[in-house]
Amino acid sequence: MSSKPYLEIHGLKKSFGLKPILRGIDLNLYAGERMALLGANGAGKTTLLRILAGLTRPTDGRILIDGLNLVQQTREIRRKVGFVAHQPYLYDELSALENLIFFARMYALAQPQARAIDLLQRVGLSKKGRERAGALSRGQAQRLALARALLHEPQLLLLDEPDTGLDQDGLALLAELLTEHHARGGTILFTTHDLEAALGRSDQIVMLNNGRVAYQQATASLEQERIHEVYQEVVR
Amino acid sequence: MILLNQVWTILWKDIRTELRSKQMIAGMGLFALLVLVIFNFAFDLRVDNKAAVAPGALWVAFVFASFLGLGRTIAAEREKGSFDRLLLCPVDRKAIYLAKLLGNVLFIGVVEIVALPVFAILFNVPFAAGALIPIVLLGTVGIASVGTLFSAMAAATRARELLLPLLVFPLIVPIVIASVRATGALMVVTANEPPWLGLIAAFDAIFLSLSTVLFEYVIEE
Repeated sequence: MSSKPYLEIHGLKKSFGLKPILRGIDLNLYAGERMALLGANGAGKTTLLRILAGLTRPTDGRILIDGLNLVQQTREIRRKVGFVAHQPYLYDELSALENLIFFARMYALAQPQARAIDLLQRVGLSKKGRERAGALSRGQAQRLALARALLHEPQLLLLDEPDTGLDQDGLALLAELLTEHHARGGTILFTTHDLEAALGRSDQIVMLNNGRVAYQQATASLEQERIHEVYQEVVR
Repeated sequence: MILLNQVWTILWKDIRTELRSKQMIAGMGLFALLVLVIFNFAFDLRVDNKAAVAPGALWVAFVFASFLGLGRTIAAEREKGSFDRLLLCPVDRKAIYLAKLLGNVLFIGVVEIVALPVFAILFNVPFAAGALIPIVLLGTVGIASVGTLFSAMAAATRARELLLPLLVFPLIVPIVIASVRATGALMVVTANEPPWLGLIAAFDAIFLSLSTVLFEYVIEE
């Protein structure tokens, strides 16, 4: 583990109008680490991920990704970050393959078509390449969204409830892809409502409550019985 | 070169999407034709007033039809969330603006190509088509440059259908007036007419440069 965190969040605050969503978040995530973000609906998980993806501007605070300031060097950071939302958000009129080729071109990848075909195969959609994204099932669309997030081989993977809509095979594939990414030294930050999934897939657990970090612990040092109690308390 | 590639890729995606859905262009075309037909019946057209009325009817049809398309430029992608995915990419925001602008000019242009012969038949006005092309093209670029910028702004609001015309109409008034007068000048030769085409080109240059720079600030949340 390097001495400097890959992701540093200092005093992060976000308000929408007068309503505070994040009230001062401080978190560090080292390269190669996996962090699970838990919390009730409205705790600020999605807002935090959107800020880290560069989609929403923070109201206050400082975020560094790989030493780059998120607000000032957003464009450089975009190459390092992959984002999967809980909805696939694809171009419905384009085919699955066209969707991936389009985004591969947006990332200026050397061989967009070859990369897109590779990833379609990897997520088990090679036979669906010519089908319109709008005609794919929810689970297939989510697989395609996963493939899109991995196109440019990002170092940091942000996943907002990535298991939404996935069937058993899809969930196994997701676990496999995350393991592969982790094995390559990739860093992962994901949100979930499933405590068991969080425990199984992370090195660190963070629970948000009302825009603040209510609990943070390394998964290895967790007491299994205690964590369920803490989760019930925080989420409630 | 990278910027041009990005512009072309986004434009290609928009054209392909529109060709498959046909949601925007069919509505715009039908609307333009309906406006022309209604104006044709609403006005008491005579030989002496035709040249005064017809250019106005033509540009009202173009402007209103344009708004149907401009309103969907970014709103459709915002509603589906796919615009966020585009913003996640390390793409120059100018490339997004230019691609959306070119797409709008292209779609409005197709509607104009369909509407112009209908206009010529209904209003029975003599004009040199060759001379009309630069007026229509420059007028369309002007409307689309302002419309594309404000469609991005309006797309982030709930009352986008109401907001877009309210924001854009006052700004494009000079372009519309100049386009109407330039088109009228093709039908009836008038002495001492100001250089309308030059005026439209000047407005286009101002709006285009301002919009290209401002777009980045409009789309970021």
